[in-house]
Amino acid sequence: MEQPILEMRGINKAFNGITVLNDVHFSVKKGEVHALMGGNGAGKSTLMKILTGVYSADSGEIIIEGKSVSIKSYDDAQKNNISMIFQEFSLIPTLTVAQNIYLTREKKTSLGMLDDKDCEKKTEKLLEELGVDIRSNNVVQNLGVGYWQMTEIAKALSQEAKILIMDEPTSSLTKNETEVLFSFINKLKAKGYSIIYISHRMDEIFEICDRITIMRDGRYITTEKCSETDLDTVISHIVGMQFDQAFEWKERSYATDVPPIFEVRNLNAEHVQDINLKIQPGEIVGIAGLMGSGRTELLRNLFGIDPIDGGDIYINGQKQSIKNPKNAIEAGLALIPEDRRMQGLVLEHSVKDNMILPILSKVKKGAFIDSKKSNEISNEFVRKLNIKTDNIFKKAGLLSGGNQQKIVLAKWLANDPIVLMLDEPTIGVDIGAKTEIVEIIRAMAENGKAILVVSSELPELLALSDRVIVMHDGKIKKEMTRREIKSEEELQYAIQGF
Amino acid sequence: MQSKVSSIQKTAVPALKGFEWRNYIVYFAFVGVLIYFSISLSDEGFLTSGNLLNIVRQTATISLMALAMTFVISTGEIDLSVGSIAALSSLVGALAIQAGYGIIGGLIGGVGTGLAVGLINGLLVTKVAIPSFLVTLGTMGAVKGAAMWVTDTAPVPIVDANFNFIFGSGDIGPIPVLLIWTLVFTVIAHILLRKTSFGRQVLATGGNENAARFSGVKTMKIKLIVFLATGLMAGLAGLLYAGRMNAGRFSFGEGDELSVIAAVILGGTSLFGGVGTIIGTIVGSLMIGTINNGLIIMGLDVSQQMIIKGIIIILAVAFGKKALKR
Repeated sequence: MEQPILEMRGINKAFNGITVLNDVHFSVKKGEVHALMGGNGAGKSTLMKILTGVYSADSGEIIIEGKSVSIKSYDDAQKNNISMIFQEFSLIPTLTVAQNIYLTREKKTSLGMLDDKDCEKKTEKLLEELGVDIRSNNVVQNLGVGYWQMTEIAKALSQEAKILIMDEPTSSLTKNETEVLFSFINKLKAKGYSIIYISHRMDEIFEICDRITIMRDGRYITTEKCSETDLDTVISHIVGMQFDQAFEWKERSYATDVPPIFEVRNLNAEHVQDINLKIQPGEIVGIAGLMGSGRTELLRNLFGIDPIDGGDIYINGQKQSIKNPKNAIEAGLALIPEDRRMQGLVLEHSVKDNMILPILSKVKKGAFIDSKKSNEISNEFVRKLNIKTDNIFKKAGLLSGGNQQKIVLAKWLANDPIVLMLDEPTIGVDIGAKTEIVEIIRAMAENGKAILVVSSELPELLALSDRVIVMHDGKIKKEMTRREIKSEEELQYAIQGF
Repeated sequence: MQSKVSSIQKTAVPALKGFEWRNYIVYFAFVGVLIYFSISLSDEGFLTSGNLLNIVRQTATISLMALAMTFVISTGEIDLSVGSIAALSSLVGALAIQAGYGIIGGLIGGVGTGLAVGLINGLLVTKVAIPSFLVTLGTMGAVKGAAMWVTDTAPVPIVDANFNFIFGSGDIGPIPVLLIWTLVFTVIAHILLRKTSFGRQVLATGGNENAARFSGVKTMKIKLIVFLATGLMAGLAGLLYAGRMNAGRFSFGEGDELSVIAAVILGGTSLFGGVGTIIGTIVGSLMIGTINNGLIIMGLDVSQQMIIKGIIIILAVAFGKKALKR
């Protein structure tokens, strides 16, 4: 048998005593595109971070072209001909393609000046070899995102990379750009480069990859040839047999004979088209879809962060004019964003200060904040949501991820919204806190709120939702009541667009 | 090959179509200002060679500091302390000459003072990781205080005629020495920024610091060097003030940071880093000098000049920001 170009053997890794990788094996052949798949938290990115020297494995071995190597930094990875293709992040937007590719490795003239002509000539040759349709003197920021990626790949190849890691490379690309990238990947493959391709999009994986390795819960599950497997098998490997009691769906009842509390009619915006949506009081609607399908963008449009081109939003039958988040809050909307560290919390502020931020006008006494009243409100939420903190004056940044998320929830509960929108509410939260957050969301629905949840974690979405909307390319592709969905596999199919 | 090129231009680079007039706005503006003053001040002798050379003389100190500032701003940083450094350097240089150390002593004293402050700025920004705005806001005050304190605000006269000739008041034929200083450093700065790996790494650091670091650029070292450069040039500018006025004085360079930054930004260097141009800076500097000169001839005083300079900075940055959003 042919010797693999890369082999990772028996990789173990734990963070704070929690095992995230358990005896993982992974092997890539020369000149193949190898998909690495698994649900959120399966351990794909940890494995890749070990390969690129961001983390070091607790035990295990990395073998490249038959030799055991030690990778302690990204430099080490590059020395071993491994390159991660970052998306957009590793180029200097204000420099040209050639200047980027040869940055710090420029040839000098006899006077010690930069020989840009030489860089450009070498770059033109490289780009032509790779069949990339850009000029070496194009300034990177004037190029489309797809070409940024190709510039990065060209840069990696000019540094003798033989193994390229691509993480969701198509998530920010249009359909055309994706096609261009795929024909590019095929050329690389024909030249003997190996590509590790991480993606959730199965159609792409079956189109471009030779083999698939599937991980689940930090373990290696299987490696299969794309030509010898099918979607059913892959999905069942990814989903596995696990059944989480906490994530069991509870059929709930809510008023269906009253007018909808929240309605969106013919909403159009930059990333979403023709969105029509009704939510009953007490109903939880889940939005499923791949990254880039317009889920997050829709929430941002509804909350007035990004402008809409057309369409109407109704709350309690009243047409709303939402031009910015302040309008949205006044109309009774609340959005709990995905990246709570960036968007949801002021980490340097106390638990209490975070909680009362959106309701300052309600806890004011004259020009000053009524500290007695605001303390009462904060303490009540800490108790109600079971937030684990010494007291309400502790810095929010010192709490665990799950408790931070609960503060964000409290922050908006205090404002008593009519419609609560949540984007990935349990991302980066441990399983115990996850269950609690699911319970809090359910309790809010019981209070008659309309709830709109975006989540990539299908078990969570299935546990919560009364109805699931599937988005694809900015449009609502499918709508199913929870009862109609027989299994996670079925939902997976819908999301993949089959 | 030819057909390939044309298809590339169609598909890959739609954003490059048309003339990027913004990049050249400073040149149009400069010509516009010249024409405006030439016409409105034709009776007051604006357009005489004597007055034009005067503009060059008055602008030399700003130009030298702006050249170095172009590098600082290109890395995405800022240096507010240049005016104060010029003041202190003029005094240290004058004191060195007064103490009998000669021209060389004055040069070392003045430039050394600038380098020392630049080193402090650079180390605080790179090692202690304080934002350059705050670091240099602090040193701006402290160095100014030092300049007032060394001689208890008294000026220090310089009687060394050679020093005064070389560093300011001299003319070689019709050409002011200050014009030579400006030209020499403009050429050096232009080559450094455009043609050397140092310049490339300055632009890379400002364009995307993380990416630059991942590509092997020692971004901290680059930043330290650019702060040394503004220190050096501000020190030299202080000596030029001293040479032109035949004295060291604590009030030299007051408010120069505003003119210097305005010149750089007007010239087309991005306040957000990553884009820098020396030629633009020099034209921006000459434009500021011309406006100052014209306003003085028109009879406006310093306070009115400050108002106009402030407005120019804000307008220039507003233009830059629009282009960034695009």
